[in-house]
Amino acid sequence: MTIHQISVFLENRAGQLAEITGVLAKKGIDLRAINIAETSDYGVLRLIADKPQEAAATLLEQGFILSMTPVVAVSVPDEPGGLARVLDVLAKENIDVEYMYSVFGQVDGLAHMVFRVADTEKLIAVLKANGVEPISGENLGIR
Amino acid sequence: MERYYQPEIECASREQILAWQNERLVKQVQHVWDNVPYYRKKMEEKGLTPADIKGVEDLHKLPFLSKDDLREAYPYGLLGMPLKDCVRIQSTSGTTGRRVVAFYTQHDIDLWEDCCARAIVAAGGTNEDVCHVSYGYGLFTGGPGLNGGSHKVGCLTLPMSSGNTDRQLQFMVDLGSTILCCTPSYAAYLAESIHERGLRDQIKLKAGIFGAEAWSEEMRRDIEAKLGIKAYDIYGLTETSGPGVSFECSEQTGMHINEDHFIAEIIDPDTGEVLPEGSKGELVFTSITKEAFPLLRYRTRDICILTREKCSCGRTFVKMSKPMGRSDDMLIVKGVNVFPSQIETVLLEQGYPANYQIIVDRVNNSDTLEVMVEMTPENFSDSLAKITNMEKSLVAALKAMLGIYAKVRLVAPKTITRSEGKAVRVIDKRKI
Repeated sequence: MTIHQISVFLENRAGQLAEITGVLAKKGIDLRAINIAETSDYGVLRLIADKPQEAAATLLEQGFILSMTPVVAVSVPDEPGGLARVLDVLAKENIDVEYMYSVFGQVDGLAHMVFRVADTEKLIAVLKANGVEPISGENLGIR
Repeated sequence: MERYYQPEIECASREQILAWQNERLVKQVQHVWDNVPYYRKKMEEKGLTPADIKGVEDLHKLPFLSKDDLREAYPYGLLGMPLKDCVRIQSTSGTTGRRVVAFYTQHDIDLWEDCCARAIVAAGGTNEDVCHVSYGYGLFTGGPGLNGGSHKVGCLTLPMSSGNTDRQLQFMVDLGSTILCCTPSYAAYLAESIHERGLRDQIKLKAGIFGAEAWSEEMRRDIEAKLGIKAYDIYGLTETSGPGVSFECSEQTGMHINEDHFIAEIIDPDTGEVLPEGSKGELVFTSITKEAFPLLRYRTRDICILTREKCSCGRTFVKMSKPMGRSDDMLIVKGVNVFPSQIETVLLEQGYPANYQIIVDRVNNSDTLEVMVEMTPENFSDSLAKITNMEKSLVAALKAMLGIYAKVRLVAPKTITRSEGKAVRVIDKRKI
């Protein structure tokens, strides 16, 4: 139930993001989610693409440094407290969230969140045991 | 009115200086032959015995000694005296590979301090002065050398060492420091701090003795104007004793080499041929009075010019220009010797490719060192914390190797400029 996140090394210079999104656009790759963590000198761009393998191959060809990271996507009710309830469960089960971010758009009153944890299997089991169903890649438009 | 620490030596006739040099060189060659097997072997390889060296005119026959020799002979291979007669070591900054350890007998220290005392008196120092020594103390020669010279002159000596600007300024104001000894970049930094804090009227400085790194005439004028002092250059290297090998007089047109202790030559760095006076080339020193660590024809790698033109100060010692560059790839950053190979070693140890660029600059009169390193797939992670931790350990390893802080900048692959397929390893943006 994990999905592939592509993590790309970013130098802090103007135009780098435009370059990355540009080459992906040329290949007709759609981005489902995007997140950036940065220091003053460099950063890590994390993205979920509809065609992860193709997106990774395209970026590698362009000389970018990247890695594929397994992450878990979860639907949460798009209402106050929706996310808090899920995080509460993870806290009780001692699951440390390294980072998380949201997926673009809302479907049927649900928002989608992407979680990065050390042990994805445990996360999935804990979510299921607490009645939260992780969502598959297909449901996010990932082929 | 020019003053001298040892006028009978500093203003001796050229004939007298040459006579001292002849006598001491012959004695030194014999001393080295008798006591330093490493150098004796080098002489034998050239078919030389001490009898071949009858005076300064025969100096060119002797083999050169390079930093590689010093490294090969590390630690005791060039020691000229039994350990029981040695009382001190000083060392260059490199922590591996390029480290040089120099030894001193009490007599060596005594002569070294005389040299520093000459520099202090040339800068106007007397026993009425308060001499504020902000060179680093410890293995670095700057602090111990000027400290000893200051004692000899009879100045009240403030062994401040470097760093802790607040304390530096407080002592300077409270104790009325009159002579400041430190690196030029630290002098510029202190001048800036004094200016910012409006302390200019509360300081009593009249002179500064600044060395251990290259500085421009422009920087000199800037420091002089900001502190209201006269700034004097001083030169030296650990291998030959430390600061005080040469020093500036009131004329500020070059540094007088203490020729009663050192014979200077200028050579073509490629052929090793001795060049005539006034030529630009590599400076070579022979120490003719050192007991514990006698170096014959030591190649400094500093490029400069010697002149024997009469100096208005009255000193008769030959003058050397400020070093105009290096004949190897050594950088001097914040007074510390940095070799690109040291940085390369750290990068490889830490799992980075040997693809890097060193950028040296001078910001607000202080040297900065930046190492650009290309990110690799192996080192990359989706976790920013992992990358920053790696960066931190690289910074710490560089600090341990170089002794100074180097900023690390992680860049994308193929960012580092290559010319004709060969990467440009060092970019020195300092205008010196």
